[in-house]
Amino acid sequence: MPAKTYVQTTINGEHVDFLCEPRQSLLECLRDEIGLTGTKEGCNDGNCGACTVNIDGRIVTACLVLGVEAEGANIETIEGVADGSNLHPLQLAFLENAALQCGICTPGFIISSKALLEQNPNPTEHEIRFWLANNLCRCTGYDKIVRAVQDAAKRLQEA
Amino acid sequence: MTTADYERNMVLATDTDYKVIGTRPVRHDGADKVTGRAIYGADFDAAGLLQGKILRSPHAHAKIISIDTSKAEKLDGVKAVVTSKDFPQAGNKWLKDNILASDKVLYAGQAIAGVAASNPHVAESALSLIDVEYEVLTPVLTTQEAMASNASILHESLTTEELGEDTGVVSNIASHSQHVKGDIAKGFEEADVIVEREYNTKTVHQGYIEPHNATALWSHDGRLHIWCSTQGSFVVRDSVAELLDMPVSMVRVTPTEIGGGFGGKIPIYLEPVAALLSRKTGAPVKIVMSRKETFEASGPTPGSQIKIKIGAKHDGTMTAAYAWMAMEAGAYPGSPVGAAVQCVFSTYDIENSTIDGFDVVVNKPKTAAYRAPGAPNAAFGAEQAVNELAEKLGMDPIELRLKNVATEGTRRPDGPVFGRIGAKEVLEAMRDHPHYQSAKAEGTGRGVSIGFWFNIGFDSACNIAVNKDGSINLTEGSTDIGGSRTSIAMHAAEVLGIPVEDVRPTVVDTDTIGFTAVTGGSRTTFATGWAAYEAAQDVKQQCIERAAKIWDVKANNLQMEDGVISSQSDSELKMTFKELAEQLSDTGGGISGSASVNPSGVGGSFAGNIADVSIDPETGKATVERFTCVQDVGKAIHPSYVEGQMQGGSVQGIGWALNEEYFMNDEGTMTNSSLLDYRMPTSLDLPMIDTVIVEVANPGHPFGVRGVGEANIVPPTPTIANAIYDATGKRMTELPMSPGAIQSASPE
Amino acid sequence: MKWIDFEKPNTVEDAVKLLSDSGGTARAMAGGTDLIVQLRAGHPRINPDVVVDIKSIPELNELSYDANKGLTVGAAVECYKIYGDDNVNSHFSALNDSATLIGGTQIQGRASFGGNLCNAAPSGDSIPNMIAHRAVATIAGPSGIREVPVEDICTGPGQSCIGSDELLVSINFPSNGAGFGANYIRFIPRNEMDIAVAGVGASVTIEDGKFTSARVSLASVAPTPLLVEEAGEALVGQTVSEGVIQKAADLAKAAAKPISDMRGTADYRKHLCDVLTRRALNTAVERAQGAS
Repeated sequence: MPAKTYVQTTINGEHVDFLCEPRQSLLECLRDEIGLTGTKEGCNDGNCGACTVNIDGRIVTACLVLGVEAEGANIETIEGVADGSNLHPLQLAFLENAALQCGICTPGFIISSKALLEQNPNPTEHEIRFWLANNLCRCTGYDKIVRAVQDAAKRLQEA
Repeated sequence: MTTADYERNMVLATDTDYKVIGTRPVRHDGADKVTGRAIYGADFDAAGLLQGKILRSPHAHAKIISIDTSKAEKLDGVKAVVTSKDFPQAGNKWLKDNILASDKVLYAGQAIAGVAASNPHVAESALSLIDVEYEVLTPVLTTQEAMASNASILHESLTTEELGEDTGVVSNIASHSQHVKGDIAKGFEEADVIVEREYNTKTVHQGYIEPHNATALWSHDGRLHIWCSTQGSFVVRDSVAELLDMPVSMVRVTPTEIGGGFGGKIPIYLEPVAALLSRKTGAPVKIVMSRKETFEASGPTPGSQIKIKIGAKHDGTMTAAYAWMAMEAGAYPGSPVGAAVQCVFSTYDIENSTIDGFDVVVNKPKTAAYRAPGAPNAAFGAEQAVNELAEKLGMDPIELRLKNVATEGTRRPDGPVFGRIGAKEVLEAMRDHPHYQSAKAEGTGRGVSIGFWFNIGFDSACNIAVNKDGSINLTEGSTDIGGSRTSIAMHAAEVLGIPVEDVRPTVVDTDTIGFTAVTGGSRTTFATGWAAYEAAQDVKQQCIERAAKIWDVKANNLQMEDGVISSQSDSELKMTFKELAEQLSDTGGGISGSASVNPSGVGGSFAGNIADVSIDPETGKATVERFTCVQDVGKAIHPSYVEGQMQGGSVQGIGWALNEEYFMNDEGTMTNSSLLDYRMPTSLDLPMIDTVIVEVANPGHPFGVRGVGEANIVPPTPTIANAIYDATGKRMTELPMSPGAIQSASPE
Repeated sequence: MKWIDFEKPNTVEDAVKLLSDSGGTARAMAGGTDLIVQLRAGHPRINPDVVVDIKSIPELNELSYDANKGLTVGAAVECYKIYGDDNVNSHFSALNDSATLIGGTQIQGRASFGGNLCNAAPSGDSIPNMIAHRAVATIAGPSGIREVPVEDICTGPGQSCIGSDELLVSINFPSNGAGFGANYIRFIPRNEMDIAVAGVGASVTIEDGKFTSARVSLASVAPTPLLVEEAGEALVGQTVSEGVIQKAADLAKAAAKPISDMRGTADYRKHLCDVLTRRALNTAVERAQGAS
């Protein structure tokens, strides 16, 4: 039996280590080895964005990252967005704007939107839609998601 | 984009005399869903969990000669392999075959065997070690091919049912139904203007982002427990019990949170396989579909061939309407052609109509419901024909519809007589909306349409227990696809006069709640909300009786309003619900209320669209510049989630109109079974979706609810087609209206 | 996925050794946005047993500019780094046309022009753009370093002249002078995320209202991305005009040899070559005239 690889990484600010086979994606490792199931699988080929995580400051689809590539990286998942028991303004905005229906795409959208607002605190509607085009939602038609991001941008600027 | 010179997302509310109904509280399950804590089916874990994978047919139509699983069973890490041989004898053959094929495969992707292993990669490797010998047959892939006289036959046992009678003729046509009202020959003779066309639509998928999943644990006491993302935990329970020849009481289904369904998660696929593997291994077994499997092996909605003929007099009165509709059932009979028949002309009061409906099997996955199943196909044809009629008559398309609109008392072409409906109000709201009143932007075309869905009732149950702190625990069995548990909680809160934050709604398993029909059919807020209403009334009555006991007065002298129990005769006697709750244990014990309902007062819903579309003349690419959805929902319990349903259905319709289709090669394999080439709209492809909530109360529901989920997917495809025609003069009679199709089409 | 072994060399030499020692069973991986999908699907040809992660090698992460040498983009440099780079934005802004439309934001967080080139799909969105910019690929192998113009790299769908024992190190974009403008556009049914139905990379240099150089390159209309030399040659020496641009578009359309598949018919793709070449050249001209 070929040996597994030992990986050390940082997830949501915490040191995490795990064993994995090289063929396991970061998505599989997060969900099956580390127990962080907030990041979802929708397509496993980079087209739906449900598995979006933030690695070293930029967003990627975790299904197209190998688990072994997490070595030494700084990873943010949905589980790390809230500050303790305080929801992030984006999370509050999603709730108050009813920007989720089934909720399966929501973790991916929140990670993606958070990265957008960190880079561009006052995006236009077009910039929001362009940035989020790699995140698919089938329930909402995106209207309330875009509004939630606009709302969150305001809240963050007022903070 | 549009200038917001008016208040978007209007709510034309009627009956606003409510405390909770019509407000927009944060949903009770929201915090878990924005933090990744909510447990969806694939997130479920259990000690000793094994992972399952399914071997699927590469052929669209073939006899299975033999299946040899011996090599797969020997692979290190594989714990069990099952095939259809592991099913008991009893049970519906076609349902079993669709779970694990026995003697024949009828679509590429059909399940042949299931493997359970220690990890999913090992399970996947085992699949290639299963040897299957096939005798490949010719597939049929469209209704035209399947209905041809020399067509390859899918089922030697399937004979056509013609107008209710078995003809004994073996065919791919499972049934032909016909609805006749009046005399269309006479009606067409009276017509001054006639429009007649044929339309064709391709297979499309519901496109939920969460693939199918199921975990099964067959315990040593013979009880089977299933966790899965489903729109109907009782459907899963009853279907699995039937297939595995078990009493329903031995099967318990816990619905996990669900990542979209739209009708596609009503049928079962993985649950019995996981159960069989669990029985063989003694361990819990989880199976999750890949995206490819979701496309190829779940239940898309039919492609169809639709012929429409409508005639009207010069003054716009429609005199006759004819529809001929053939719909793909997929591998086994049961397309939604019956529902299409109920909707195609139902917006209009027409004296003479005939509707022919054909249910046709083809070598594709068995179709499942997709949000108002069958109706969007029918509307793509009928609502374009109505616009063509308007053009020929020189009438505004909304005015033509208003002239003929069905109202209370109109008999539908398929028989039922309408109660109070809001079709007229929807059309008027469309006509009066700033979108319709505004000039079109340069280079855009504008289209309108209206669609109908009848909605359903059926069984729901609800239990309420009063907590000591004045909150209530509310349990119900409707899986929550889009915020419904909060809308259901709002029913109870309204009745009891308590804040909705004091209601703890939970969606529970099939052991814990009375029989509840599917989350679908636009029934959840209507029927389960009603169950909550009744359960709350039960609690309210018990509270009044308890207060009477406490005060030693007659109960019929007391009332409970806005969460306060008081006496009609003695103004000193007052107690809040909270104060009563604190005393329950000492005054006779806790209070629980319950209700099981099967409400018959279903009210149908009409939804209309206005869309402005621009076309790049050189490439044919259509861009939706502005879109408005107007829908009569009876009563919007939680307007934000009602708007969300309207926006979501509209966008699914836009995708259906512009780019979504199953590409099948000649061998009958889907070539675009990924989200790269099955092109659903992204955020960049759309404008904001404006909504207007119309409220024509449904007299059959205590708060007037009709249901919102489905009617809004019916009008988008003809609306976009009508807009494309307005922009280019090109009448698009095939879906999808992709850029190449628009560019190469000729103007009329 | 089948079992794979994973290596992460730190130098070009180590990477080349791994590739050449493997006898063709190893393959370099940058962002993995094509390779991981191919491994999962069990691609008939691209199915390595060993994945060599080349993202730790300094030369493959280089993104530098020098007025003489031009722009050097390491093979592993991700798209998001390209459109975030000041030198690119100042001197090679047309490269952003590709970098911002490969996939979507998340794909751009991993995918590289180098990987796009090595994947050698006829639809690769960076390739016609690189060809239009006269880019040259630097390849390291057991026998040393060689340079190959990008238009000569792809030899068939999914096939390139880069040997299984070789490593693409970087792509060099020569400096372009004043009066240069370029554009890559493609046609897709949606607005993002799709594979190009047809794509055109075009570049021009204009002096005194005349084309002094021009290049037109096509995606998705042949077994490889195409350099249509005759289209560029038809412009050189000519005064900038609608008619002359149309002539180039006609030549591009004539050179296209598309197939019909689920993404588009051959006729439609040929038609798009005409439309897109015209539009790409018009934009390139606008940018060239804006730049002078």
